Amino acid sequence: MKSAVRSTSRRHLLQVIASLAGAAALRASVAQDGAQPRVVEITARRFNYEPSEIALKAGERVVIAVRSLDFVHGMNIPDLGKRFDLAPGKITRFELQPVQAGVIDFVCDNFCGEGHEQMHGRFVVSA
Amino acid sequence: MERRDFLALTLVGGGAVFASGLSGCASIAKATSDGYHDDGYHDFYFVQLSDTHWGYQGPANPDAAVTLRKAVATVNALPTQPEFIVFTGDLTHTTDDPAERRRRLAEFKQIVADLKVKTVRFMPGEHDAALDFGAAYKEHFGPTHYTFDHKGVHFIALDNVSDPGAKIGDEQLAWLQADLANRDKQAPIVVLTHRPLFDLAPKWDWATRDGAQAIDLLMPYSNVTVFYGHIHQEHHQMTGHIAHHSAKSLIFPLPAPGSQEKRTPLPWDAGVPYKGLGFREVEAEDAGKEYKVTEFPVVRA
Repeated sequence: MKSAVRSTSRRHLLQVIASLAGAAALRASVAQDGAQPRVVEITARRFNYEPSEIALKAGERVVIAVRSLDFVHGMNIPDLGKRFDLAPGKITRFELQPVQAGVIDFVCDNFCGEGHEQMHGRFVVSA
Repeated sequence: MERRDFLALTLVGGGAVFASGLSGCASIAKATSDGYHDDGYHDFYFVQLSDTHWGYQGPANPDAAVTLRKAVATVNALPTQPEFIVFTGDLTHTTDDPAERRRRLAEFKQIVADLKVKTVRFMPGEHDAALDFGAAYKEHFGPTHYTFDHKGVHFIALDNVSDPGAKIGDEQLAWLQADLANRDKQAPIVVLTHRPLFDLAPKWDWATRDGAQAIDLLMPYSNVTVFYGHIHQEHHQMTGHIAHHSAKSLIFPLPAPGSQEKRTPLPWDAGVPYKGLGFREVEAEDAGKEYKVTEFPVVRA
Protein backbone atom coordinates (compact mmCIF):
# COMPACT_ATOMS: atom_id res chain seq x y z
CA MET A 1 0.00 0.00 0.00
CA LYS A 2 1.23 3.44 -0.81
CA SER A 3 2.54 5.49 2.04
CA ALA A 4 0.11 7.95 3.51
CA VAL A 5 2.73 10.61 3.42
CA ARG A 6 5.23 11.92 0.98
CA SER A 7 8.71 12.75 2.09
CA THR A 8 8.57 16.31 0.86
CA SER A 9 5.44 17.31 2.68
CA ARG A 10 4.56 14.63 5.18
CA ARG A 11 4.50 16.93 8.14
CA HIS A 12 2.04 19.17 6.38
CA LEU A 13 -0.20 16.33 5.36
CA LEU A 14 -0.63 14.93 8.83
CA GLN A 15 -1.35 16.83 11.95
CA VAL A 16 -0.12 15.72 15.27
CA ILE A 17 -1.58 18.22 17.62
CA ALA A 18 -0.47 17.26 21.07
CA SER A 19 1.71 14.93 22.97
CA LEU A 20 0.44 14.47 26.33
CA ALA A 21 0.94 15.36 29.64
CA GLY A 22 -1.54 17.36 27.69
CA ALA A 23 -5.10 16.59 28.19
CA ALA A 24 -5.10 20.37 28.30
CA ALA A 25 -3.50 20.61 24.92
CA LEU A 26 -5.89 18.03 23.63
CA ARG A 27 -8.95 19.78 25.01
CA ALA A 28 -7.79 23.04 23.55
CA SER A 29 -7.40 21.51 20.14
CA VAL A 30 -10.78 19.85 20.34
CA ALA A 31 -12.48 23.02 21.46
CA GLN A 32 -11.25 24.91 18.44
CA ASP A 33 -13.63 23.22 16.04
CA GLY A 34 -16.09 21.73 18.48
CA ALA A 35 -15.92 18.23 17.10
CA GLN A 36 -15.20 15.26 19.32
CA PRO A 37 -12.65 13.02 17.66
CA ARG A 38 -12.84 9.28 17.99
CA VAL A 39 -10.54 7.92 20.67
CA VAL A 40 -8.40 4.92 19.76
CA GLU A 41 -6.94 3.10 22.76
CA ILE A 42 -3.70 1.19 22.42
CA THR A 43 -1.99 -0.90 25.07
CA ALA A 44 1.79 -1.30 25.02
CA ARG A 45 3.40 -4.20 26.79
CA ARG A 46 6.45 -6.32 26.18
CA PHE A 47 6.60 -7.00 23.25
CA ASN A 48 3.64 -5.71 21.32
CA TYR A 49 1.11 -3.00 20.87
CA GLU A 50 -2.50 -4.10 21.17
CA PRO A 51 -3.97 -3.57 18.70
CA SER A 52 -0.94 -3.40 16.49
CA GLU A 53 -2.89 -2.41 13.42
CA ILE A 54 -5.33 0.48 13.65
CA ALA A 55 -7.70 1.32 10.84
CA LEU A 56 -8.24 5.02 10.19
CA LYS A 57 -10.00 6.96 7.51
CA ALA A 58 -8.41 9.74 5.57
CA GLY A 59 -9.58 13.05 6.92
CA GLU A 60 -10.77 11.63 10.21
CA ARG A 61 -9.51 13.30 13.34
CA VAL A 62 -8.71 10.76 16.03
CA VAL A 63 -7.16 10.82 19.45
CA ILE A 64 -4.66 8.06 20.05
CA ALA A 65 -4.50 7.07 23.73
CA VAL A 66 -1.63 4.76 24.60
CA ARG A 67 -1.20 3.03 27.94
CA SER A 68 1.95 1.11 28.83
CA LEU A 69 1.62 -1.71 31.31
CA ASP A 70 5.15 -2.76 32.11
CA PHE A 71 7.98 -0.58 30.80
CA VAL A 72 8.79 2.86 29.50
CA HIS A 73 8.24 1.74 25.96
CA GLY A 74 8.78 4.16 23.14
CA MET A 75 6.39 4.97 20.35
CA ASN A 76 8.25 6.42 17.43
CA ILE A 77 6.26 7.46 14.37
CA PRO A 78 8.99 8.46 11.94
CA ASP A 79 6.59 9.57 9.19
CA LEU A 80 5.17 12.14 11.58
CA GLY A 81 8.50 13.17 13.05
CA LYS A 82 7.05 12.40 16.48
CA ARG A 83 7.96 10.06 19.26
CA PHE A 84 6.71 9.49 22.81
CA ASP A 85 7.95 7.80 25.94
CA LEU A 86 5.14 5.68 27.32
CA ALA A 87 5.51 5.74 31.07
CA PRO A 88 3.63 2.94 32.87
CA GLY A 89 0.63 4.23 34.74
CA LYS A 90 0.10 7.17 32.44
CA ILE A 91 -1.94 7.54 29.31
CA THR A 92 -0.20 9.24 26.45
CA ARG A 93 -2.56 10.95 24.05
CA PHE A 94 -2.03 12.66 20.77
CA GLU A 95 -4.27 13.67 17.96
CA LEU A 96 -3.75 12.98 14.32
CA GLN A 97 -5.62 13.51 11.12
CA PRO A 98 -4.34 11.60 8.11
CA VAL A 99 -5.29 13.15 4.82
CA GLN A 100 -4.76 10.31 2.42
CA ALA A 101 -4.79 6.53 2.29
CA GLY A 102 -1.67 4.62 3.19
CA VAL A 103 0.29 3.12 6.06
CA ILE A 104 1.93 4.94 8.94
CA ASP A 105 4.33 2.72 10.87
CA PHE A 106 5.26 3.08 14.51
CA VAL A 107 7.86 1.24 16.55
CA CYS A 108 9.10 0.90 20.10
CA ASP A 109 12.39 2.77 20.22
CA ASN A 110 13.25 2.13 23.87
CA PHE A 111 14.99 -1.23 24.08
CA CYS A 112 12.70 -3.34 26.22
CA GLY A 113 14.03 -6.89 26.00
CA GLU A 114 14.35 -9.94 23.82
CA GLY A 115 11.23 -9.26 21.76
CA HIS A 116 11.91 -5.55 21.31
CA GLU A 117 12.70 -5.97 17.64
CA GLN A 118 9.19 -7.27 17.00
CA MET A 119 7.36 -4.44 18.76
CA HIS A 120 5.87 -2.68 15.78
CA GLY A 121 2.49 -1.29 14.86
CA ARG A 122 0.87 0.68 12.12
CA PHE A 123 -2.03 2.88 11.25
CA VAL A 124 -3.71 1.73 8.06
CA VAL A 125 -5.49 4.66 6.48
CA SER A 126 -8.25 4.04 3.99
CA ALA A 127 -9.65 6.59 1.57
CA MET B 1 54.20 -5.59 -3.31
CA GLU B 2 52.00 -4.48 -0.48
CA ARG B 3 49.43 -6.69 1.19
CA ARG B 4 46.55 -4.82 -0.38
CA ASP B 5 47.95 -5.23 -3.88
CA PHE B 6 48.41 -8.92 -3.36
CA LEU B 7 44.86 -9.28 -2.09
CA ALA B 8 43.51 -7.38 -5.06
CA LEU B 9 45.37 -9.52 -7.55
CA THR B 10 44.40 -12.69 -5.80
CA LEU B 11 40.76 -11.79 -5.63
CA VAL B 12 40.50 -10.71 -9.24
CA GLY B 13 42.32 -13.83 -10.32
CA GLY B 14 39.96 -15.94 -8.29
CA GLY B 15 36.94 -14.44 -9.94
CA ALA B 16 35.78 -12.59 -6.85
CA VAL B 17 34.63 -9.02 -6.78
CA PHE B 18 37.11 -6.29 -6.15
CA ALA B 19 35.55 -2.92 -6.51
CA SER B 20 36.55 0.62 -5.99
CA GLY B 21 34.26 1.66 -3.21
CA LEU B 22 33.07 4.72 -1.45
CA SER B 23 34.61 7.89 -2.67
CA GLY B 24 37.80 8.62 -0.88
CA CYS B 25 37.02 6.40 2.03
CA ALA B 26 37.10 2.72 1.37
CA SER B 27 37.21 0.07 -1.19
CA ILE B 28 35.28 -3.10 -0.79
CA ALA B 29 36.62 -6.54 -1.55
CA LYS B 30 34.94 -9.91 -1.36
CA ALA B 31 37.31 -12.46 0.08
CA THR B 32 37.78 -15.99 -1.02
CA SER B 33 39.82 -18.62 0.72
CA ASP B 34 42.65 -17.61 -1.60
CA GLY B 35 42.79 -14.16 -0.14
CA TYR B 36 44.55 -14.91 3.07
CA HIS B 37 48.15 -14.71 1.96
CA ASP B 38 50.57 -11.97 2.54
CA ASP B 39 53.58 -10.66 0.74
CA GLY B 40 54.98 -7.64 2.45
CA TYR B 41 52.71 -5.46 4.47
CA HIS B 42 53.30 -1.96 5.60
CA ASP B 43 49.95 -0.51 6.63
CA PHE B 44 48.17 -1.86 9.65
CA TYR B 45 44.90 -3.64 9.68
CA PHE B 46 42.40 -4.65 12.28
CA VAL B 47 39.53 -7.09 12.36
CA GLN B 48 35.94 -6.11 13.17
CA LEU B 49 33.54 -8.68 14.55
CA SER B 50 30.04 -7.75 15.54
CA ASP B 51 26.73 -8.93 16.88
CA THR B 52 27.78 -12.33 18.14
CA HIS B 53 24.69 -12.55 20.39
CA TRP B 54 26.18 -15.23 22.60
CA GLY B 55 23.32 -17.03 24.33
CA TYR B 56 20.89 -16.79 21.42
CA GLN B 57 18.85 -19.92 20.83
CA GLY B 58 16.45 -20.06 17.94
CA PRO B 59 15.78 -21.21 14.43
CA ALA B 60 17.60 -18.32 12.79
CA ASN B 61 20.85 -20.04 13.78
CA PRO B 62 20.62 -23.67 14.91
CA ASP B 63 24.41 -23.66 15.07
CA ALA B 64 24.61 -20.76 17.51
CA ALA B 65 26.50 -22.74 20.12
CA VAL B 66 29.56 -23.02 17.87
CA THR B 67 29.36 -20.12 15.41
CA LEU B 68 31.43 -17.78 17.55
CA ARG B 69 34.06 -20.42 18.20
CA LYS B 70 34.34 -21.11 14.47
CA ALA B 71 34.78 -17.41 13.76
CA VAL B 72 37.52 -17.23 16.37
CA ALA B 73 39.26 -20.15 14.68
CA THR B 74 38.97 -18.46 11.28
CA VAL B 75 40.46 -15.24 12.61
CA ASN B 76 43.25 -17.22 14.22
CA ALA B 77 43.95 -18.86 10.86
CA LEU B 78 44.58 -15.56 9.08
CA PRO B 79 48.19 -15.80 7.94
CA THR B 80 48.89 -12.23 8.94
CA GLN B 81 47.31 -11.55 12.25
CA PRO B 82 45.64 -8.19 12.72
CA GLU B 83 47.24 -5.69 15.05
CA PHE B 84 44.05 -5.57 17.06
CA ILE B 85 40.47 -6.74 17.00
CA VAL B 86 37.27 -4.85 17.72
CA PHE B 87 33.86 -6.17 18.69
CA THR B 88 31.19 -3.59 17.90
CA GLY B 89 28.51 -4.68 20.30
CA ASP B 90 25.78 -7.20 21.01
CA LEU B 91 28.38 -9.55 22.35
CA THR B 92 25.56 -11.40 24.06
CA HIS B 93 21.88 -11.92 23.44
CA THR B 94 19.75 -10.08 25.93
CA THR B 95 18.09 -11.64 28.93
CA ASP B 96 15.95 -10.27 31.74
CA ASP B 97 17.91 -12.28 34.28
CA PRO B 98 20.92 -10.30 35.59
CA ALA B 99 22.72 -13.48 36.63
CA GLU B 100 22.23 -15.02 33.20
CA ARG B 101 23.41 -11.80 31.57
CA ARG B 102 26.64 -12.00 33.56
CA ARG B 103 27.02 -15.67 32.77
CA ARG B 104 26.71 -14.98 29.04
CA LEU B 105 29.17 -12.10 29.20
CA ALA B 106 31.65 -14.29 31.08
CA GLU B 107 31.26 -17.16 28.60
CA PHE B 108 31.70 -14.80 25.68
CA LYS B 109 34.84 -13.40 27.25
CA GLN B 110 36.20 -16.89 27.80
CA ILE B 111 35.58 -17.92 24.17
CA VAL B 112 37.23 -14.87 22.65
CA ALA B 113 40.19 -15.27 24.99
CA ASP B 114 41.22 -17.95 22.49
CA LEU B 115 41.96 -15.28 19.90
CA LYS B 116 45.67 -15.22 19.16
CA VAL B 117 45.64 -11.45 19.06
CA LYS B 118 45.43 -10.22 22.60
CA THR B 119 44.70 -6.56 21.91
CA VAL B 120 40.92 -6.71 21.71
CA ARG B 121 38.61 -3.72 22.06
CA PHE B 122 35.05 -4.30 23.13
CA MET B 123 31.97 -2.18 23.12
CA PRO B 124 28.42 -2.95 24.10
CA GLY B 125 25.26 -3.33 22.10
CA GLU B 126 21.79 -2.78 23.43
CA HIS B 127 21.44 -6.51 24.07
CA ASP B 128 24.40 -6.33 26.46
CA ALA B 129 23.73 -3.06 28.15
CA ALA B 130 20.33 -1.44 27.70
CA LEU B 131 18.42 -3.29 30.40
CA ASP B 132 20.86 -2.39 33.19
CA PHE B 133 22.44 0.79 31.76
CA GLY B 134 25.66 -1.08 31.10
CA ALA B 135 26.27 -2.30 34.65
CA ALA B 136 27.04 -5.96 33.90
CA TYR B 137 28.97 -5.07 30.76
CA LYS B 138 31.23 -2.70 32.70
CA GLU B 139 31.97 -5.38 35.27
CA HIS B 140 33.39 -7.57 32.53
CA PHE B 141 34.78 -5.17 29.96
CA GLY B 142 35.25 -1.78 31.58
CA PRO B 143 34.12 1.59 30.24
CA THR B 144 31.54 1.69 27.48
CA HIS B 145 33.13 4.67 25.77
CA TYR B 146 36.82 5.44 25.45
CA THR B 147 39.56 6.36 23.02
CA PHE B 148 42.81 4.82 21.92
CA ASP B 149 45.44 5.60 19.34
CA HIS B 150 47.15 3.29 16.90
CA LYS B 151 49.87 4.29 14.46
CA GLY B 152 48.64 7.83 14.19
CA VAL B 153 44.93 7.02 13.95
CA HIS B 154 42.66 8.20 16.73
CA PHE B 155 39.94 5.70 17.60
CA ILE B 156 36.82 6.75 19.48
CA ALA B 157 34.44 4.14 20.89
CA LEU B 158 31.01 5.70 21.35
CA ASP B 159 28.29 4.15 23.47
CA ASN B 160 24.83 4.65 21.95
CA VAL B 161 23.19 1.68 23.64
CA SER B 162 23.49 1.83 27.43
CA ASP B 163 20.64 4.30 27.40
CA PRO B 164 17.66 2.15 26.34
CA GLY B 165 16.47 5.10 24.30
CA ALA B 166 19.49 4.79 22.00
CA LYS B 167 20.99 8.06 23.09
CA ILE B 168 24.64 8.97 23.39
CA GLY B 169 23.63 11.52 25.96
CA ASP B 170 24.76 15.03 26.77
CA GLU B 171 27.58 13.94 29.05
CA GLN B 172 29.18 11.67 26.48
CA LEU B 173 28.67 14.22 23.73
CA ALA B 174 30.50 16.78 25.86
CA TRP B 175 33.27 14.23 26.38
CA LEU B 176 33.45 13.72 22.60
CA GLN B 177 33.58 17.43 21.98
CA ALA B 178 36.42 17.82 24.49
CA ASP B 179 38.32 14.92 22.96
CA LEU B 180 38.06 16.44 19.50
CA ALA B 181 38.70 20.01 20.55
CA ASN B 182 42.45 20.12 20.18
CA ARG B 183 42.84 17.71 17.30
CA ASP B 184 44.11 18.72 13.91
CA LYS B 185 41.24 18.99 11.45
CA GLN B 186 43.14 16.63 9.13
CA ALA B 187 43.76 14.02 11.82
CA PRO B 188 42.65 10.50 10.90
CA ILE B 189 39.75 9.52 13.16
CA VAL B 190 37.86 6.26 13.36
CA VAL B 191 34.63 6.02 15.32
CA LEU B 192 33.55 2.61 16.57
CA THR B 193 29.99 2.25 17.73
CA HIS B 194 27.07 -0.14 17.71
CA ARG B 195 24.07 1.61 16.22
CA PRO B 196 24.16 3.71 13.09
CA LEU B 197 24.78 7.32 14.03
CA PHE B 198 22.52 8.45 11.20
CA ASP B 199 18.85 7.69 10.56
CA LEU B 200 19.28 4.53 8.52
CA ALA B 201 15.80 3.10 9.14
CA PRO B 202 14.02 4.78 12.06
CA LYS B 203 10.90 2.67 11.55
CA TRP B 204 13.07 -0.31 12.47
CA ASP B 205 14.78 1.56 15.28
CA TRP B 206 17.98 1.61 13.22
CA ALA B 207 19.19 4.98 14.36
CA THR B 208 20.75 6.85 17.27
CA ARG B 209 18.38 9.39 18.73
CA ASP B 210 21.05 12.04 19.16
CA GLY B 211 23.45 10.66 16.57
CA ALA B 212 23.17 13.81 14.48
CA GLN B 213 24.84 15.73 17.29
CA ALA B 214 27.82 13.38 17.20
CA ILE B 215 28.04 13.72 13.44
CA ASP B 216 27.90 17.49 13.77
CA LEU B 217 30.84 17.36 16.18
CA LEU B 218 32.80 15.14 13.80
CA MET B 219 31.94 17.04 10.63
CA PRO B 220 34.73 19.65 10.88
CA TYR B 221 37.30 16.84 10.71
CA SER B 222 38.10 15.82 7.19
CA ASN B 223 39.20 12.22 7.78
CA VAL B 224 36.51 10.47 9.78
CA THR B 225 35.29 6.92 9.21
CA VAL B 226 32.66 5.09 11.27
CA PHE B 227 32.47 1.33 11.75
CA TYR B 228 29.39 -0.03 13.44
CA GLY B 229 27.17 -3.11 13.82
CA HIS B 230 23.55 -3.56 14.91
CA ILE B 231 21.99 -4.18 11.50
CA HIS B 232 23.59 -7.60 10.86
CA GLN B 233 24.69 -6.86 7.32
CA GLU B 234 27.14 -4.87 5.31
CA HIS B 235 25.97 -1.36 4.59
CA HIS B 236 27.91 1.63 3.41
CA GLN B 237 26.67 5.18 3.53
CA MET B 238 28.06 8.69 3.52
CA THR B 239 26.91 11.60 5.64
CA GLY B 240 28.76 14.43 3.96
CA HIS B 241 32.39 13.32 3.81
CA ILE B 242 32.01 10.84 6.69
CA ALA B 243 31.77 7.19 5.67
CA HIS B 244 29.73 4.74 7.74
CA HIS B 245 30.32 1.00 7.33
CA SER B 246 28.18 -1.57 9.12
CA ALA B 247 29.41 -5.11 9.67
CA LYS B 248 27.86 -8.50 9.25
CA SER B 249 26.69 -10.42 12.27
CA LEU B 250 27.93 -13.72 13.63
CA ILE B 251 24.49 -14.99 14.59
CA PHE B 252 21.88 -14.28 11.89
CA PRO B 253 21.48 -11.83 9.03
CA LEU B 254 18.71 -9.25 8.92
CA PRO B 255 16.84 -7.92 5.89
CA ALA B 256 17.87 -4.86 3.96
CA PRO B 257 16.90 -1.64 5.76
CA GLY B 258 13.18 -0.96 5.54
CA SER B 259 12.60 -3.75 3.01
CA GLN B 260 9.71 -5.37 4.89
CA GLU B 261 7.33 -4.60 7.72
CA LYS B 262 9.44 -6.02 10.54
CA ARG B 263 13.12 -6.64 10.93
CA THR B 264 12.79 -10.39 11.39
CA PRO B 265 15.94 -12.49 10.90
CA LEU B 266 16.52 -14.03 7.50
CA PRO B 267 15.86 -17.76 7.71
CA TRP B 268 18.71 -20.18 8.23
CA ASP B 269 19.71 -21.89 4.99
CA ALA B 270 20.69 -25.46 5.84
CA GLY B 271 22.22 -25.81 2.39
CA VAL B 272 24.49 -22.84 2.96
CA PRO B 273 25.22 -22.67 6.67
CA TYR B 274 26.38 -19.26 7.92
CA LYS B 275 25.10 -17.56 4.78
CA GLY B 276 25.16 -13.82 5.32
CA LEU B 277 27.38 -14.07 8.38
CA GLY B 278 31.01 -13.10 8.71
CA PHE B 279 33.61 -10.66 9.87
CA ARG B 280 35.85 -8.17 8.15
CA GLU B 281 39.35 -6.93 7.87
CA VAL B 282 39.80 -3.20 7.84
CA GLU B 283 43.05 -2.08 6.36
CA ALA B 284 44.23 1.43 7.08
CA GLU B 285 45.98 3.02 4.16
CA ASP B 286 47.42 6.41 3.39
CA ALA B 287 48.25 7.07 7.03
CA GLY B 288 44.77 6.22 8.14
CA LYS B 289 42.95 8.41 5.64
CA GLU B 290 41.59 5.52 3.61
CA TYR B 291 40.26 2.15 4.64
CA LYS B 292 39.87 -0.99 2.64
CA VAL B 293 37.22 -3.39 3.88
CA THR B 294 37.52 -7.08 3.11
CA GLU B 295 34.69 -9.39 4.11
CA PHE B 296 35.33 -12.94 5.33
CA PRO B 297 32.95 -15.81 5.93
CA VAL B 298 32.63 -17.54 9.29
CA VAL B 299 34.49 -20.58 8.02
CA ARG B 300 36.94 -20.94 5.21
CA ALA B 301 35.71 -22.74 2.11
